[in-house]
Amino acid sequence: MAEHKKKLLQGNEACVEGAIYAGCKFYAGYPITPSTEIAEGLSVRLPKIGGKFIQMEDEIASIAAAIGGSLAGLKSLTATSGPGFSLKQEGLGYACIAEIPLVIINVMRGGPSTGYPTGPSQADIMQAKWGTHGDHPAIALTPAYVQEILTETVRAFNLSEKYRTPVIVLYDEIIGHMREPITIPEPGELEVIDREKVTCPPDEYFPYDERFEVPPLAPFGTGYRYHVTGLNHKKDGFPTNDSKQINENNLRIMRKIENHKAEIWKNEEVSLKDADVAVFSIGSTARSANFAVKAAREAGIKAGLLRPLTIWPFPDAAVKELAKRVKAIIVPELNLGQMVLEVERCAGGACKVEGIHRVDGEPITPAQILEIIKKHAK
Amino acid sequence: MSEGTVAKKQKLSVPFDYDKYLRPKKLPHIWCPGCGHGIVLKALLRAIEASGLNKDDICMVSGIGCSSRTPGYVDFNTMHSLHGRAFAFATGIKFAKPNMKVIVITGDGDALAIGGNHFIHTCRRNIDLTVLVYTNAIYGMTGGQYSPTTPLGDIATTSRYGNIEPPFDACKMAEAAGASFVARGTAYHTLELEKTILEAIKHKGTSVVDIIDACPTYYGRMNKYKSATHMMEVIEKDGTVSVKQADKLPPEKLEGKLLRGVLYKTDRPEYCEQYATQVMGKATGK
Ligand SMILES: Cc1ncc(C[n+]2csc(CCOP(=O)(O)OP(=O)(O)O)c2C)c(N)n1
Ligand code: SF4
Repeated sequence: MAEHKKKLLQGNEACVEGAIYAGCKFYAGYPITPSTEIAEGLSVRLPKIGGKFIQMEDEIASIAAAIGGSLAGLKSLTATSGPGFSLKQEGLGYACIAEIPLVIINVMRGGPSTGYPTGPSQADIMQAKWGTHGDHPAIALTPAYVQEILTETVRAFNLSEKYRTPVIVLYDEIIGHMREPITIPEPGELEVIDREKVTCPPDEYFPYDERFEVPPLAPFGTGYRYHVTGLNHKKDGFPTNDSKQINENNLRIMRKIENHKAEIWKNEEVSLKDADVAVFSIGSTARSANFAVKAAREAGIKAGLLRPLTIWPFPDAAVKELAKRVKAIIVPELNLGQMVLEVERCAGGACKVEGIHRVDGEPITPAQILEIIKKHAK
Repeated sequence: MSEGTVAKKQKLSVPFDYDKYLRPKKLPHIWCPGCGHGIVLKALLRAIEASGLNKDDICMVSGIGCSSRTPGYVDFNTMHSLHGRAFAFATGIKFAKPNMKVIVITGDGDALAIGGNHFIHTCRRNIDLTVLVYTNAIYGMTGGQYSPTTPLGDIATTSRYGNIEPPFDACKMAEAAGASFVARGTAYHTLELEKTILEAIKHKGTSVVDIIDACPTYYGRMNKYKSATHMMEVIEKDGTVSVKQADKLPPEKLEGKLLRGVLYKTDRPEYCEQYATQVMGKATGK
């Protein structure tokens, strides 16, 4: 196949390839560094394959348009960075409660506010989970390599369609802009999940039918006339003031993710089996951690790396198990302490937990991590 | 006048079964007695009937507010979205499925305050959306705060000493921003409104209808109107002049009055068509 070839691509370009591979047919966005190449790429690619690309007036409008596109039946994407991710929180909550599949890419940059637009950051970990108000489910994926940005973008679409929920892909500026050789997969090589088709007669269709864990979503304009709202609603989509139904509505959207955590989790482990000291890290920082772990091993220290590709739902099980058998878990991250809080929670005092934090716009180096590994190996 | 003669005169449909378009199980609605929103809905449903559109092909998107509760009561593809954002959700749906007729229901606060920027850019794109702005000069749903169309000096729960912010003219803004159909109606002139909405629905491009209606519960009571009908007479009947009449009146008679009817109409390329022919056309080399 013509497309099946090695390419030297930037992370953001790989995201475009992933979106196209997954069947994305709708993009709405607003330019912002360091994510803009995704919009630029899709503005060229989508119209060639019958897809829709629109540059909206801001990020609030972008996520709203993408939700509209998805509700009309197209796999939809929006991409942004820092300040734009803040603006998208309103729409993200809507997509959670209305259960609209959607993929949101956030190429993390320094903050708060306009911060350091061209500098890397991993400071939106908590925003990805808690940014929009109210309790809500969250799925966020954290690729660390250019190839992985492609495959994780495909996985994000799959999860969003399967669980009828927005899925966030978080990666930092370094891998967003880094170029690496990657292979564009052949059609059929990666799993692509399409939206489940509704087959029942329209008068039997309920968009939030509680008989299903994830009720199928009929696209607008296909003969299923129903109602969508951001208010708590009943199975037919209409608002309710009934406390029992409000409760059930709120719990069901959590349950559909909670019950499938094991399928959503994905971790990479590097020499972790016999490790005394573990590093827990994502994205570009995990790449530094990889070097540090190898250097530690060469120095005779039993070090290992746990690298989650799903940061939300948080990999509780893996961290709890790890905490029982290592002396310490080191958590390097480009922020002032976000993932480390979750690791501490899961470790529950079973081992030491130490964060390495950096917010000067520079990456965390292998040497920085190695030093802390050595400290805990003593 | 019987409805039959009205229909003939206006070339509009004869009386019909409103239940065909309503979701009877979702009624009664939340609107107060005397609220203009229900009158507008009636005109809208009659216009839809006259348009001959199929219910499956109609999508209605609203923001948040009393007026924005409309989609819940009608049997179309309906979306009650976020405050101010209906334009953007509707743009997504229309762009993804250009064959659908997408109608935006929005209050004056929804459209002109929090949604002001989305409103402007919707008009600029001239995407084929029919936009009905329910202008009642107040934030009804949140209990009577001043809105971007509250007249100077008027009382609201957040302007107890009189409003000092000049009101917006939604029609002027729509035209300046690029909407290709701009009209105004009122809940008092129901038949005229029905006709105007029908014209707006038939128009290809962004069509904006600014509809003056009354919130007797908050705006009316705080500003010493005796009743809902009193409000309709003063604000909607005496406060407006049809464009046709306006041509014959001297300027001093028009002072302080809003114009009704189709105020601006032009042929301008529509967004989805431009995308299909220009963008997709060039991208695929056709
Ligand atoms: C982001 C956000 N801000 C504020 C509100 C509160 N709110 C709900 S409706 C409304 C105003 C509605 O007024 P208008 O659009 O004029 O419609 P009406 O109720 O008068 O029909 C406000 C401020 C909200 N729902 N969301
Ligand atoms: S508060 Fe005002 S706008 Fe809202 S339903 Fe009552 S009368 Fe209508």
